[in-house]
Amino acid sequence: MPSPYLPNTDADRAAMLRDIGVSDVEELFQDIPREFRSASFDLPRPSSEPELKAEMRALSGLNANLDDYACFLGAGFYRHFIPSVVGHMIGRSEFYTAYTPYQAEVSQGTLQTTYEYQSLVCQLTGMEVSNAGMYDGSTAAAEAALMANRLTERDRISVLSTVNPRYREVIETYARGHDLVLEDVPPGLEHLSPDSACLIVQQPSFLGCLEDLGECARKSHGLGALLIVITYPVSLGMLRPPSDYGADIVVGEGQSLGSPISFGGPVLGLFACRREYLRQIPGRIVGKTTDVEGSPGYVLTLATREQHIRRERATSNICTNEALIALAAAVYLAALGKAGLRRVAELCYHKAHYAASKISGLKGYSLVYQQPFFNEFAVRCPAPPARINRALFENGVIGGLDLSGTVENGMLLCVTELNTRQQIDRLIEVLARFQMESENEPSL
Amino acid sequence: MSRRYELPDISQPGKVGYSLPTLDMPAAELPPAEMLRSDLALPEVSEAELVRYFTHLSKLNYGIDTGFYPLGSCTMKYNPKWHEDVARLPGFASIHPFQPAGSVQGALRLMFELQAYLAEITGMDGVSLAPLAGAQGELASILMVKAYHRKDSARSKILVPDSAHGTNPATGTMGGFEVVSVPSDDKGDVDLGKLESIMDENVAALTLTLPNTLGLFDTRIGKISQLVHDKGALLCGDGANLNSLVGKARFGDMGFDCVQLNLHKTFSTPHGGGGPGSGPVCARAVLTEFLPSPVVAKDGEEYRLASPASSIGILGAAYGNFGVMVRAYAYIRTLGAAGLREVSENAVINANYLKEKLKPYYHLPYDRPCMHEIVFSGKRQKTQGVRALDIAKRLLDFGFHPPTVYFPIIVDEAIMVEPTESESKATLDSFIDAMKQIAREAEENPEMLHSAPHHTPVRRLDEAKAARQPDLRWRMGNDKERAGTA
Repeated sequence: MPSPYLPNTDADRAAMLRDIGVSDVEELFQDIPREFRSASFDLPRPSSEPELKAEMRALSGLNANLDDYACFLGAGFYRHFIPSVVGHMIGRSEFYTAYTPYQAEVSQGTLQTTYEYQSLVCQLTGMEVSNAGMYDGSTAAAEAALMANRLTERDRISVLSTVNPRYREVIETYARGHDLVLEDVPPGLEHLSPDSACLIVQQPSFLGCLEDLGECARKSHGLGALLIVITYPVSLGMLRPPSDYGADIVVGEGQSLGSPISFGGPVLGLFACRREYLRQIPGRIVGKTTDVEGSPGYVLTLATREQHIRRERATSNICTNEALIALAAAVYLAALGKAGLRRVAELCYHKAHYAASKISGLKGYSLVYQQPFFNEFAVRCPAPPARINRALFENGVIGGLDLSGTVENGMLLCVTELNTRQQIDRLIEVLARFQMESENEPSL
Repeated sequence: MSRRYELPDISQPGKVGYSLPTLDMPAAELPPAEMLRSDLALPEVSEAELVRYFTHLSKLNYGIDTGFYPLGSCTMKYNPKWHEDVARLPGFASIHPFQPAGSVQGALRLMFELQAYLAEITGMDGVSLAPLAGAQGELASILMVKAYHRKDSARSKILVPDSAHGTNPATGTMGGFEVVSVPSDDKGDVDLGKLESIMDENVAALTLTLPNTLGLFDTRIGKISQLVHDKGALLCGDGANLNSLVGKARFGDMGFDCVQLNLHKTFSTPHGGGGPGSGPVCARAVLTEFLPSPVVAKDGEEYRLASPASSIGILGAAYGNFGVMVRAYAYIRTLGAAGLREVSENAVINANYLKEKLKPYYHLPYDRPCMHEIVFSGKRQKTQGVRALDIAKRLLDFGFHPPTVYFPIIVDEAIMVEPTESESKATLDSFIDAMKQIAREAEENPEMLHSAPHHTPVRRLDEAKAARQPDLRWRMGNDKERAGTA
C-alpha cells in the first residue's frame, strides 16, 4: 500500500536497486546475521489519518482536561494564560522542523531566538548568564548540584526539606552516578553541614511559602557552599529576583512561560548562574559574533564543555535544550513584557489570597503556614483530601495536591490568573460541604 | 554590513503585546516591600511587531519543511502535520500529571500501548518512557547497569567503541564509571581481538550503537554479545540508528540487555530546533526491575502508574515527554508493522543509492552495504586544499542542509549523510548533482568553496571570537546601568 511518508514509487525503487547493483532489497541487509533477522513482529494493523484522528480524539476525551475543568492543582506545573501568538510562532515549521543549529548560516532563526531566550531569562532572574535550556526544572536542579560538586570539589548536596520532593528524587537519581551524598536540611538551617557543595532551596517553597533567601545565602556562603535557588518564573513578575539575595545558580521550571502542561512534558528547565561559572555550565549556549563581512550573527559557543567535543570529560551528556519550549518562553516573555508579567503575577497573588482567606474562614479549614505566600498554599481540611477531591471532581473542579502523607488532611491549592471568581466560589462551596465533618457525620 | 535588530531595539515604553482580565475580587495586602522587585526590565512590544519579528527570524532558519536535511545520525525525516494537531488536543495538551489516575485513563492507555509497541519493535521485555531525551535514556541505561552490579563494586569500567557518539562516553562518566575506548577494525566493526583483550571482570558493560555511526551493521554482533556476557558484563544498546532496523532485527534477539530509543528520530517527531526529544529505555527481563519510574501498568481495565521494584528512580518531575509520545504513537499506528519495515528498507535503499552514485567522487572508507547512512571521507578533496567544512558550506549555496561533518571522529574529514526514507529519488538526484559539482569545484576552483556560503542570510561566522569574547545576552533597563554592557 502506498504510504504518504514514502515518496519513492515502485519504479523508483527498482531503478535505484538496479543502480546500486542488487536485485532485492534484502541483499542490502546481508550484514545482519541470518539468525537475527526478524521473521515478523506484531503491531496493530495500519490506520488511515481520519480513522486514527477520530480514535485519538476519543482517547483524548477519556482525560479530564483543564480547559473543561476548573483547576486548582499546581505543585510544579502551572496552568497560565498562553497568548495565541506563542502557538503561532512556535508552529512555524522553519522553527519546529529544524534541528540543533550546527550550521549557523542557515540557523540564525533558532540561534537568535535562543540568544533572546538567554537574555530574557537573565533579565527575569537577575543572573548574569543563562544556558539555552534543559529538560525540565528538576533535571536543571540536578545538573546544578553536579556543577556545584565540580566547582567546590565537595560531595555533599544539601537540600532544604521544603523543596519539591520529586525534584529531590531526581537530584538523588543524578547524584547516584557520582556517588554524591544527599542531605536533607530542615528549616532553620542549623543542620547544614560545613562540607556541603551547595544548599538547594525553592522559592516559593513546594508548599507555597516565601523562604528567607537572605538567610539561606548567609548560611550557605558562610560555609563555602553555593546557593542554588529553584524559582517559579511567573512569581518573578513581582518578587525580588534570586540574584538580589546572592544566588549562585538559579534553576526552575519554564513550562509556566507559555507552554501547556501536557501531562508534564515537554517542558523546560531554566538554568542561569554567575558569569564566573561559565565554563562549568552544562548544555548548549548561544553567543553573538560577526561573519566574514562584519555582519552580526549568532553561533553555538563554548562547545568545549560539551559531549560532542569533550566526550568523557564533558560537563554533562545533555545534547538537546528543549529549544522549541525555550522559543515559546521567549515569545511569551516578549508578548507579556514588563507590564504583562507583573500583571499576571499580581493576578495570581490576589486571587490566591482571596481563595485562601475564604477557605480559612470555613469551619474546620485552616492554613497550615502563616508565612507569606505567592499563589500556592497548604490547607488543613476537616476530611481526607482524596474524598474532598472526589466531590470537587464531580462538580467540575480538579482540587489540590493531596498532602496527607506529610500534613494530616493537608491539601496544596494553587490559584492562577486563569481561575475566575466563579471557579473560586465553586471551590469554596464544595469545600464548605465538608466543614461540619469534624464534628458530625458527613452530610454527603 | 547589515544590522540585526533584537527585542530591545523594537521595545518602546508603553507598548503591550497582551490583554489580561481585570481583578474582579478584593485585592490582598502585598508581601513586605523588601520581598518585591523594584524593576522588571523586559521588552515592551506590540503584538503585530512581535509577530513580524519572530516571523522574520523563522525565515532565517532551515527545517525539514524547507528542504533536504541529510544530517547524519540525526534522522531528519518528515514530520506528519496531523500529529501536531492531535498533540494539541486539550485532552492531551491540557492535562496535569498529578490529576487522579482515573481522570487521565486515555493518556495512560496511550503510554501503556506505546510501551508495548516499543517492546515488540525492540524484542525487549519492559519499557519505560520516562527519559526526556536520548542522552537521558543512555543515562538511565548506565544507572541500571550500576544498579545491576551494585554488589560488585569492582566493575568500574564502561567500554565504548571509538566510533561512538560523544554522549556515550559522557554518559559513562555521569554514571561514575571509567570510560575505556574500544578500537574499530579496518572494516569499521568492533576490533574483536582488542575487545577480547580488554574484557575482564572489571567491565560493567559495553555500550554499542547498532548499526554503528559509520552506518554499518557489525556482522559479529553475536560474538560480541557472547564475549561481554561471558565476563558477567552487560550489553547496552544505543538505539540512535534504529531507523534502519525496524522489522529487520531486534535488539533483544541479538543479546542486548537494554537499549534507549529516540522517538524524535525513528518515530518522526519534530526536532524542534534542538528538542524536545524523548528517549524511552527498553530492557530485557534481567534489568526490568531497575527501569526508571514510572512505567504504566494495567490492572483489569484500569491503567495506573507503577514503579519497578528496584527502580533507579525518577528522571524528571513528571513522566516523560508525553507530547512527543502522542506523535510517535500516531506514527506507529499509521504505519503498522509492514509500513515500519518499509520505512527501514527505503531508508537503507536511499543511503545505498547515494553511496553508489557518490563514491566515484568522494573517498569511501568502508565499501560495503551501508544501512541508513553513509560516511564518506573528504580526504581526496583535502589534498586539493578543501576541507569537509568547505564542502558543507558550499552545499548551503545549493539550498541543501549539509551532512554531519567531522563525525565519526575515526574517519578523516568525515562527511556523514543520512537521507532518510522520506526523500524522493528526484531529491537525491539533485543532491548528487550538487555534490558532483562541488567535487569538480574542489579541483578547479577551490576558492569557491573556501568562501562559501555565498547566498545565506549570514556568511561564515567567527566562532573563535564568540568563544573568546562571550556575548551571551543583551541587557536593558536598570540591569543595564547596574551591570554595564559587557
